[in-house]
Amino acid sequence: MTELGTPKRILSTNGKYAIEARSLNVYYDDFLAVKNVYLPIEPQKITAIIGPSGCGKSTMLRAFNRMNELVPTAHADGEVLFHGINIYGSEIDPVEVRRHIGMVFQKPNPFPKSIYENIAWGAKINGFKGGKSEMDDLVEESLRGAALWDEVHDKLDQSGLSLSGGQQQRLCIARTIAIKPDIILMDEPASALDPIATLKIEELMRVLAKDYTIIVVTHNMQQAARVSDYTGFFTMDEDRAGYLMEFGDAEQIFTNPQEQVTEDYITGRFG
Amino acid sequence: MSSKQHTSLAEKTKSTETFASNLSRRRRSGRVWLLIFQASTLIGIVALTALLINIIDGSFGYAAIQYSIDPETLAVDGVPLEELSKEELERIFQDNVSKGLYRRYDSEVPFAERSREDVLALVQERVVAPEIVQTWGLIDSITKKDEILMDVQEEYPDAAVEFVSWLTTDFVRNPQSSEPEKAGVRTAILGSLFVIAVTILFAFPLGVGAAIYLEEYATDNAFNRIIRTNINNLAGVPSIIYGILGLAIFVRALEALTSGTAFGIIDDPTTANGRTIISAGLTLALLILPLVIINSQEAIRAVPNSLRQASFGLGATKWQTIWSHVLPNALPGILTGTILAVSRAFGETAPLVVVGAATFITVDPSGVFSKFTTLPIQIYQWTARPQDEFRNIAAAAIIVLLIMLLTLNATAVLLRNRYSRRY
Amino acid sequence: MTNRSEAITPQHVVANKLSEKKLNLRKRQRWGENVIQTLLFVSAAISILTTIGTIYVLGKESINFFASRMWEETNKPIVFTIEAGESTFRVGDTGGEIEEGAIIRINQESMLVKSINGNVLLVERGYDGTEATAHEAGTGIYQGVKVSLLEFFTNTKWIPQIGEFGILPLISATLTVSFIAMLVALPIGICIAIYLSEYASQRARSILKPILEVLAGIPTVVYAYFALTLMTPFLQSIFGDVVQIYNTASAGIVIGILVVPLVSSMSEDALHAVPDGLRQAAYGLGATKLETATKVVLPAAISGIAAAFIVAISRAIGETMIVALAAGAGPNFTFNPFESAETMTGHIVRISGGDISYDSIDYNSIFAIGLVLFFITLILNIISQRVVRRFREEYE
Repeated sequence: MTELGTPKRILSTNGKYAIEARSLNVYYDDFLAVKNVYLPIEPQKITAIIGPSGCGKSTMLRAFNRMNELVPTAHADGEVLFHGINIYGSEIDPVEVRRHIGMVFQKPNPFPKSIYENIAWGAKINGFKGGKSEMDDLVEESLRGAALWDEVHDKLDQSGLSLSGGQQQRLCIARTIAIKPDIILMDEPASALDPIATLKIEELMRVLAKDYTIIVVTHNMQQAARVSDYTGFFTMDEDRAGYLMEFGDAEQIFTNPQEQVTEDYITGRFG
Repeated sequence: MSSKQHTSLAEKTKSTETFASNLSRRRRSGRVWLLIFQASTLIGIVALTALLINIIDGSFGYAAIQYSIDPETLAVDGVPLEELSKEELERIFQDNVSKGLYRRYDSEVPFAERSREDVLALVQERVVAPEIVQTWGLIDSITKKDEILMDVQEEYPDAAVEFVSWLTTDFVRNPQSSEPEKAGVRTAILGSLFVIAVTILFAFPLGVGAAIYLEEYATDNAFNRIIRTNINNLAGVPSIIYGILGLAIFVRALEALTSGTAFGIIDDPTTANGRTIISAGLTLALLILPLVIINSQEAIRAVPNSLRQASFGLGATKWQTIWSHVLPNALPGILTGTILAVSRAFGETAPLVVVGAATFITVDPSGVFSKFTTLPIQIYQWTARPQDEFRNIAAAAIIVLLIMLLTLNATAVLLRNRYSRRY
Repeated sequence: MTNRSEAITPQHVVANKLSEKKLNLRKRQRWGENVIQTLLFVSAAISILTTIGTIYVLGKESINFFASRMWEETNKPIVFTIEAGESTFRVGDTGGEIEEGAIIRINQESMLVKSINGNVLLVERGYDGTEATAHEAGTGIYQGVKVSLLEFFTNTKWIPQIGEFGILPLISATLTVSFIAMLVALPIGICIAIYLSEYASQRARSILKPILEVLAGIPTVVYAYFALTLMTPFLQSIFGDVVQIYNTASAGIVIGILVVPLVSSMSEDALHAVPDGLRQAAYGLGATKLETATKVVLPAAISGIAAAFIVAISRAIGETMIVALAAGAGPNFTFNPFESAETMTGHIVRISGGDISYDSIDYNSIFAIGLVLFFITLILNIISQRVVRRFREEYE
C-alpha cells in the first residue's frame, strides 16, 4: 500500500511533537473509519483538518483524546504518542488522557448551571486544591482567556444557557482551559454560529495558540486558510475509510497542493 | 361517432350522480360516528361523576338513631345535656348506670380527675347510648325526606332522625372499632403511612439505581437484554402475585428478620410472626419497582447526549458525569414517575391482604415491626360488611383516601415544577 | 494580585494549583467507581431475583399442593381388631372404594395397599415412616388422595372439604368477568382514543385527558365499593330479581370502566404516532374525517391498539378487589353473569385473608392457582410485545 499519508519530512519521535498519531486505524465494530494515519502535531500551533464530509475527520479528532470510546463499538489500533507515551496503551486511563487533552464541540454545550459553576466544576473534579478566592481567580482567568470576562463578569451566577450562541461557545472554551490542558481539540467550533461570532472564535484561537496546541476540524476552507499553521487534508476511497491525503504548511497546502485531489477539493470542484 | 360520445358522456354523468349521493351518505355516517365517539367520551365522564356522587351519597345522610335514654329528658331545669356542669353530669351518670360500672370507670381514672368533656362523653356513650338503626344516602335524604320520616315513625317510633355526616374529624382521629358509629380510620391511616414510607425507602434507590445501570452502564449483551425484558414483564404481573411472593418470602422465609425477633424486638409476644409493616412495605416495593425503573429510564434517556460529552471531555469519570449532570437533569422526570408509582402502591389492597393485614387492631403502629392495616384494606373490610352503617363509614374512608392521594399527586406536580424551573 | 491584563499564564510556568500535576496517565484503580457500578448492577439484578423468586415460590408450593395427600373418609371400617404385625385384614362392605396401590391411614398409621381381594386387604404396615400399632375393630379408614393435574384442570368443582379441586369454576368466572370487561372497555376506549386523537380540539383534550388520568388513578377498592353499592342495584333495577346481590356482570362492567383509561391512552398514543402525512394523503383524495380516521389511521396504528387490548385483558384478568367484593365468594362453574361466582384472584384473596395454617392444602392451593394466573398474564404480555414488534415491521 502506498503511503499516501506520509508527509514530505520524516521527523523524529523523541517527543518533540505535542501529539503524534502513527499508523492509526479507528474502527466502529468491523467498519474501518480511519485508516493508517500518520499525523504529527506541532506544539503551540494551530493544525486544521479539512476534507469532505463523512471521511472521518471528527473520528480522527476524537481519536486524540479517546473520546471515540464513548461509543461502545469503537476501538483503535496503532499509536498516539503524547509526551512519548502511547495513549492507547493498555495501562493508560482514558479519563486521565482527557484531563490533558480537552475538547470543544460543534454545538455549544454549556452545563445547565451558572457560568461560575460551569468553570468551577471541571476544576473541582480535576483536583483543584484551593479555597473560594483561588477558585474566583481561576474563573476570572479562564473567562478572560476566552475573551468572555468583560461580557459576563457581573452575571457569573446566571445560567450558562442564558448566553448567546457565540458566548456559550466561548464559555465552553473557558471551561476547557480552566483545567489547563496541553492540547485543545475543536470539532467545527464555529459552524453553529453566526459570522460575527465565528470571527470572534477565530481571533480567540489565534490568542489561545500562544499557550495551547490547537487541533481544529473545519468544513470551512477559508477559515482553515485564515487560521491554521498546518493543514491536513482527509479524503476517502470506495471502502469509505478515511485517510490523510496530504499534510503540510497551511500556506503551502492552500497555494500549492501536491495532490490533485487536494487541489480539486480546495478549488471547490467537490466537497 | 356521436353515439360513442353520448355513451361516454352518459357514463360520466352517471358517475357524477353516484359520487354526489355517496358524499351525503358518507357525511351522515361521519356525523353519526362523531356522536358515537363523543358519547363514549361522555360515558367516561359520567362514570367518574357517578362514582364520586355515589361516594358522597354514602358519606352523608339521615340516620335513625334510637336512644336508650332520650338526651332531652336528661336536661336539668331547661339546661340541655351538653351544657350541664361536671357535677350534674356525674350525678346523671351515677343515677343511670349500675354501681359496678360506675366503680369500674372510677377506678380507671377517678371522676375527680376527669374533665367535664370526658364525663359528658361518658354520659353520652353509656347513658344516652345512641344506636343507629338505619341510614339513608344523601340523595335519598334530600329527595325522600318525608317518606323517610314516615317510615321511621312506623318502624322505630322511639328513634330520632338526624342528619349525620360520617366524615368528621373524630372519624379521622378515632381508631378502629367494631361499632360503626365510633369507628375511625386513624389506625389505618398511620398504617398506610408507615408502609408507604418503607416502600419508598426501598423502591426509590433500588429503582433509580437499576435505571442508571441499564441506561448508562449496561452494554447490549444477552444478560442485560434479559434484564430489560424481564422488567417489562414484571410490570404486567397482577398485583396479587406480588402478594403471594411477599407472603412466601418476607412473611415466612424471612420471618426472623421481618418480625423483628432477629433484632430482639417483639411487638406482640403472642403472635411474633412476619405479618408486619416491613413485610408489607417490602412487598409493595417489589410491586412498584418495575414502574420506578421504567419511568426513571425514560427520564435518563431524555437527557441530551451533548451534556455527557461535555462532561467526559473535561476528564470526568462515568459516575461523576452521572451524579453531576445526568441525574440532576433527569430528576424532575424521575420524581414524577416515582410519585405516580407510590400513588399506585398507596391504593393497593390485594397484595397486602395476602401478606396478612390484621383484621382488627386498635393500637397505633409503634414501628416497622408492628402488625398493620392500611386505609384501602379498612375500606375493603367495611364494604364487605352487610350493615348499612358500615357502607357509610366505608364511603367516608374513601373520601379520606382520595384526599390523601390528591395531596400526594399535587405534591408530585409541585416538586416537579420546582426542580424543572432550575436552569 | 497578579496583573489581570495578562490573561493567560504560559503553560510551562506553574501559576496555579492545577498545573502542578505530573503527567501520569496510568490507569488508576478507581474503587469508588467500581463499588458504585456493582451496587447499581445489583439493583438491576434484583428484578431478575424477583422473577426467579416468583417462579420458585409458586412452583415449589404448587408441587407441594400436587404432592400433598388429603385423607378422605372411606366409611369403610375395619371389621376386627388388628395387631401391629398383621398385614391382611378384612374391611366392611359399606363406603367408598379402596384402590390398589393407594395409601390408607388408620389412626396415626399409614399403610400401602398392596392388593385387594373382595373385602380383604393386603397391606404394607408402617408406611411412610409411621409406626405400626394395633387398631380396634370399627376404626375408620382414610384414603389418601392427591390432586392430579388432570383433575385440577378439568374438574368443575372446587370444594376442598370433600377433596374436589377443579380450577374450572375459577377460570370460568375469570373469563366471564374479563369478557364483560372487554365488551365495555374496548369499544369505549377506542372511541375515546379516536375522538381525542382525530377530532377533539386542544381545549377539549386539556379537559378530557386529566379526567381520564383521574379515573386511572382511583384505587380499585373504590371501584369495588362502587360496583357493590351502585352498579349491582342499577342492574337489578333493569333486569329485576334474576340479578343476584353478588354477580359477575356488575364486577365485569366496573372492571371495564376501570380499564377504559388504559385502553384509551395506549390507543391514543398509537394513533398519535401515525405520521400526519398519511392523513394528509387521505384528505387529499377527498376522504371524510371519519373515513380517514377509521380506514387509514386506525389500521396504521393497529399494532399499538392490539397491544393495548392485550394489556387491558391482562389487567382485567389480574384484577382482584372488584371481584372480591362484588362478584361473590364461592366457586361456581357458570357463565351466567347474573350469578355469583369466584374468580381465581378473588379466591386467592379470600383464602389468604382468613385464618389459614401454613402447609394446609388450602394454603398450597393458593400457589397453584397463582401459578396458573402468573403464566396466563405472562403469556399475554409476551404476545403483546410480539404483536407490537411484528405489526410494526410489516407496516414500515
